[in-house]
Amino acid sequence: MNAQPLIEARRLSKHFDVGRGAPTGKKKVVKAVDGVDFAIRRGTTLALVGESGCGKTTTARLLLRLETPTAGSVYLDGADIHDLPRGERAEFRRRVQAVFQDPWASLNPRMRVRDLVAEPLVANNRLSRSAVTDRVAEVLTGVGLTPDHMRNFPHEFSGGQRQRIAIASALISQPRVLILDEPVSALDVSIRSQIMNLLKDIQQRLSVTYLLVAHDLGTTRYMADRTAVMYLGRIVEIGDTDTVFEGPAHPYTQALFSAALPARPATESREIVLDGEVPSPLNPPSGCPFHTRCPVKIGRRCEEETPKLQPVPGPGGTHLAACHLMDDMEGQRG
Amino acid sequence: MTHSDSDVVLAVENLQTHLYTKRGLVRAVDGVSFDLRSGETLGIVGESGSGKSMTALSLVRLIPRPAARIVGGSVRLDGEEILEKSEAEMRAIRGEQIAMILQDPQSSLNPVFTVGDQIAETFQLQGKQPRGRMRERAIAALREVQVADPENRVSNFPHEMSGGMKQRVVGAIAVARRPRVLIADEPTTSLDVTIQAQYLRLLRSIQQQTGTSIIFITHDFGIVAKMCDRVAVMYAGRIVEYGPVHSIFATPSHPYTQALIASVPSPDTKVERLESIEGQPPVPWDLPKGCRFAPRCPFVMDRCRADYPPMFATQSAGDGDAEAEHAAACRLLEGES
Ligand SMILES: Nc1ncnc2c1ncn2[C@@H]1O[C@H](COP(=O)(O)OP(=O)(O)OP(=O)(O)O)[C@@H](O)[C@H]1O
Ligand SMILES: Nc1ncnc2c1ncn2[C@@H]1O[C@H](COP(=O)(O)OP(=O)(O)OP(=O)(O)O)[C@@H](O)[C@H]1O
Ligand SMILES: [Mg+2]
Ligand SMILES: [Mg+2]
Repeated sequence: MNAQPLIEARRLSKHFDVGRGAPTGKKKVVKAVDGVDFAIRRGTTLALVGESGCGKTTTARLLLRLETPTAGSVYLDGADIHDLPRGERAEFRRRVQAVFQDPWASLNPRMRVRDLVAEPLVANNRLSRSAVTDRVAEVLTGVGLTPDHMRNFPHEFSGGQRQRIAIASALISQPRVLILDEPVSALDVSIRSQIMNLLKDIQQRLSVTYLLVAHDLGTTRYMADRTAVMYLGRIVEIGDTDTVFEGPAHPYTQALFSAALPARPATESREIVLDGEVPSPLNPPSGCPFHTRCPVKIGRRCEEETPKLQPVPGPGGTHLAACHLMDDMEGQRG
Repeated sequence: MTHSDSDVVLAVENLQTHLYTKRGLVRAVDGVSFDLRSGETLGIVGESGSGKSMTALSLVRLIPRPAARIVGGSVRLDGEEILEKSEAEMRAIRGEQIAMILQDPQSSLNPVFTVGDQIAETFQLQGKQPRGRMRERAIAALREVQVADPENRVSNFPHEMSGGMKQRVVGAIAVARRPRVLIADEPTTSLDVTIQAQYLRLLRSIQQQTGTSIIFITHDFGIVAKMCDRVAVMYAGRIVEYGPVHSIFATPSHPYTQALIASVPSPDTKVERLESIEGQPPVPWDLPKGCRFAPRCPFVMDRCRADYPPMFATQSAGDGDAEAEHAAACRLLEGES
């Protein structure tokens, strides 16, 4: 395996101005993504997990160049994607494609499947019409549909079939990266595993690199090589999926995992139920963003000082967590 | 625990609700039978379009008109037939006996009234009361569902609350009158994991205090595993399997249930490859004649396509013990028991 990451995000931030607050007139800023670092190796999957509004989709959009970072950078093969020469932008669009949650909304209802799937090729058309049609037939077959489907419209398909059409379209330009934002959560249970298996097969066959946005932890465990847990715009824990799931280190990750629904009835429940709601990103807590709900807060330090990602003691390669407890553990060991 | 008939709060028998659509007749609920016992939580699980909501709406007679009609069967609440009640009697039943949390919390809250007024409205049904007293009861109801700062929240409009809070308000309205039966139609689908955990814990604690029987509708076997005592699995308008939760998970007997349980990835273990059911559910206006799962079933036999299979007791079902009743509509079980 290639040690050099294909994608790297460094100190990546996206802050949105959302007007001025009524009583004070102070400028209001949502720190949707706030200083995020991660790397994805070629042909592997990194999952971003976390609750609504924690910044997963914004991170995905930054990687697609649909948003410009407020600070920090994203590198694809060493090149800063937000600083590409004009001539390389079309190439970028072909190399980095996306599949979104809602197969009902993401396909133009007036276009036939052939043209929908061919769209990313048409932008830079060097192929003849019949060569495009051949290529559409090929990718449709690759996602479990048949060339006969080319003349149909999206409404003639089920949700799972539409998601297959969206995946076919994303694949036609032979991308190196697929950004998958909740690709199965709008689908029926019995269809989800079909699509997850398809995405895994495609990755093995074509060595495509995935960034997967998911809130379902079962999906993450099944799909991802590495997992990053986000809370209020920050990564609070990142590591190999099995390591993170088997030994979550951050108190938020522990609570999140313990609240996940079981796959079968449990004899005993070891649920950590958090009180309160996720704080508003307009007014995030000082210090550690999780301290307002943290069941194991160690004191003033958590309220004042924002913890940085640091190694989690133990085996399992690069496993990092942003929690002052990690310091204590270091101290105890050495 | 043993169950006698008197433990049954709601008895549903051969319920049939049809929809008359442009594409044709849809047998949305096609002969559904189950009992709901006192203090238990019954899960109804199945994928989109399988008829879960239509079953629930039929129980309280709130099906969409004029498209839908209950064309057969019986629903008895404490022995009394609901399908023969007048509209006025039904309103009283919906206020006092059977409460429903609708699938979409947005649609069940009115955007132009404060949440306090909307909670108070449920108490109005018990007769006019002074305004201050109403407000107090609304605050108490909000506190009961663990809305923080209820004294201020009571004057909020729905749009001033987060999704999780709105969901709890809907819950507060539903349980405020201490109904005998609470029907919750996917009450947590739009909630985050940690907020969902709070909400589920709350429903359970309310049930422990009041002894309410709950029908929990979901497409998620995880919720069933966590919340339910018994479960009914629906497919294309029919119940294909029912039984105690532990028995269903340990020995799922209908090939659809088996495949469904095996196709959900678990966060607790690493698997290399998930099972998956090929194909899709049938279109509702063109159902196959025999077993509706036959076109996707890996074990299909000729007689499966001939007529719809009846319920067969599974091997794990103990004889005579109501609690151990576990049955599935599949010919693979024929002659086995
Ligand atoms: N264009 C925008 N303008 C202002 N705020 C925004 C914008 N886009 C996102 N936000 C805010 O940024 C935060 C992160 O949003 P984002 O969509 O990235 O979250 P998410 O993790 O994808 O959530 P979900 O699981 O609900 O999809 C939220 O508070 C959101 O309201
Ligand atoms: N108002 C309506 N008009 C026409 N058909 C309807 C209407 N509501 C539901 N149906 C149809 O009735 C059948 C059963 O729908 P129902 O809403 O009960 O499914 P469900 O199991 O609750 O699905 P979901 O999980 O998506 O909520 C479906 O075929 C659906 O298309
Ligand atoms: Mg999102
Ligand atoms: Mg429904």
